[in-house]
Amino acid sequence: MATWDWEVFCKDTIEQQVAPRCFGAKGDVTYLDWLLSAWGWTLSVSVLALIVALLVGSLMGILRTTPSKALVAFGNAWTELFRNIPLLVQIFLWYHVLPTLVPPLRAVPSFLLVVVGLGFFTSARVAEQVRAGIQSLPKGQRYAGLAMGLTLPQTYRYVILPMAFRIVIPPLTSESMNIVKNSSVAFAVSVAELTQFAMQAQEETSRGIEVYLAVTGLYFVSAFAINRIAKLIEGWIRVPGVAGGGR
Amino acid sequence: MFTKLVSPSTRRALLAAAALSAVVGSVHAQATDTLKKIKDSGSVTMGVRESSGALSYTLGDGKYVGYHIEICEKVLSDVRKQLGLSSLAVKYQPVTSQNRIPLVQNGTVDIECGSTTNNATRQKDVAFAVTTYVEEVRIAVKANSGITSIAQLAGKTIATTTGTTSVQTLRKHERATGVDFKELFGKDHADSFLLLESGRADAFVMDGQILAGNISKAKNPADFKIVGEVLSVEPIAIMIRKDDPAFKKAVDDSIKAMMKSGDIAKLYDKWFLQPIPPANTKVGLPLSEATKAAWANPNDKPMEDYAKK
Repeated sequence: MATWDWEVFCKDTIEQQVAPRCFGAKGDVTYLDWLLSAWGWTLSVSVLALIVALLVGSLMGILRTTPSKALVAFGNAWTELFRNIPLLVQIFLWYHVLPTLVPPLRAVPSFLLVVVGLGFFTSARVAEQVRAGIQSLPKGQRYAGLAMGLTLPQTYRYVILPMAFRIVIPPLTSESMNIVKNSSVAFAVSVAELTQFAMQAQEETSRGIEVYLAVTGLYFVSAFAINRIAKLIEGWIRVPGVAGGGR
Repeated sequence: MFTKLVSPSTRRALLAAAALSAVVGSVHAQATDTLKKIKDSGSVTMGVRESSGALSYTLGDGKYVGYHIEICEKVLSDVRKQLGLSSLAVKYQPVTSQNRIPLVQNGTVDIECGSTTNNATRQKDVAFAVTTYVEEVRIAVKANSGITSIAQLAGKTIATTTGTTSVQTLRKHERATGVDFKELFGKDHADSFLLLESGRADAFVMDGQILAGNISKAKNPADFKIVGEVLSVEPIAIMIRKDDPAFKKAVDDSIKAMMKSGDIAKLYDKWFLQPIPPANTKVGLPLSEATKAAWANPNDKPMEDYAKK
């Protein structure tokens, strides 16, 4: 077996000396400090992108099931646009190409561009799942709502969406976990997140195994935490006797 | 300054993972006698880089060229003569900055001819031949920016590449001088140069030969220049297995002979001053005093010894 050297995380990033309490003092930064800050960036990118993805994705998914041909076409176009371009390419488009076309975008920090880029990419996938969820309901539900005198928005709000969202929670959980892993593309546009930390720290310390194991662990913990939270939400909103609800 | 690579990050990660599993499996390497291994098998594996400036790079189709690769080919032909072999098959194994040390340790690669900095940490794991090239970390800026030294970079944005020692060099400078600047990390050198070109960064701090190479390939090379003080000096050397004195002597003797005969200066001229494939552009980096000194007094001193001077 290889010999482990976990002390590497206690070293400061300038003199490579082991800090007494593993956290840097007086402006010193240890690899542990850096690792935690990198984790913070990963989580920030993931959570904000997830919010963007769920909001935009739900909206697009709903549009694709409305009776209006124009709205359906718009939702379809959105989904296909963001679903058919590789994520990394999209991030580069946001970072390098769009700012040359729209100069004010130059001032936007790369962090926000990644949140939007990753959020829109995932929104296409969310839209597809929300659409599938809505269409899995019998058509009679919609007609019943409208026949009772509800407007179309009211039908969605009170009849269709409460059922559809409960059905699509499991696939949405997968998407939410994917977003944590996909956030590693932020490294390509200079966000100092976990992947960037791994590449740089392993080079500086020559302890690649320890660095990659720690980063792997944090990705796993982050994605698994989202999984558990989604499980909790699934439990809270369960309606016995409804699709996906009875157990 | 080790990571002169322009390979996709995913592949890097994969290779790193592969190398990690390899090293976990075989840290207790077999007794090292590379000469015997070469003689018995009639073949040798050379570690090469996909994109390490003019030192070691690929032309595609499994062809690898560069200053260090040509030196290694000469060394291996001398080794072949020494062993009395009529032919010696040379296999080329691409390595990355993440996997090169494990691959040398576990015997996959016999001689690594890339762009590896000889430093004290690495000397615990591997050995280095005498230094063949001394790299200097410099600053590239837009020619019309008026910037001529690092002191003028206060409050400016500086690009550098993730996975290189330049990141550390910058950090040390920031600490030592109190000059505060914003850092942008490109994912590879091409990306970092794009940051400078597009104006997102005011300067690009990196090894001189990388800067010179990128500038020579730019749309308009006259728009950029390399300025300011040398930020860090790093000896780059050919890497071999540790505790194998016979092989180290064979390699060192061959390189020292090239230094003495002036062949190495011709190779330098060929790779750094003349047009090189594939695009027939020149790197255009004149021989530095530091490299000249390394040739005059062949040594395998680590980077730390250079910093003391």
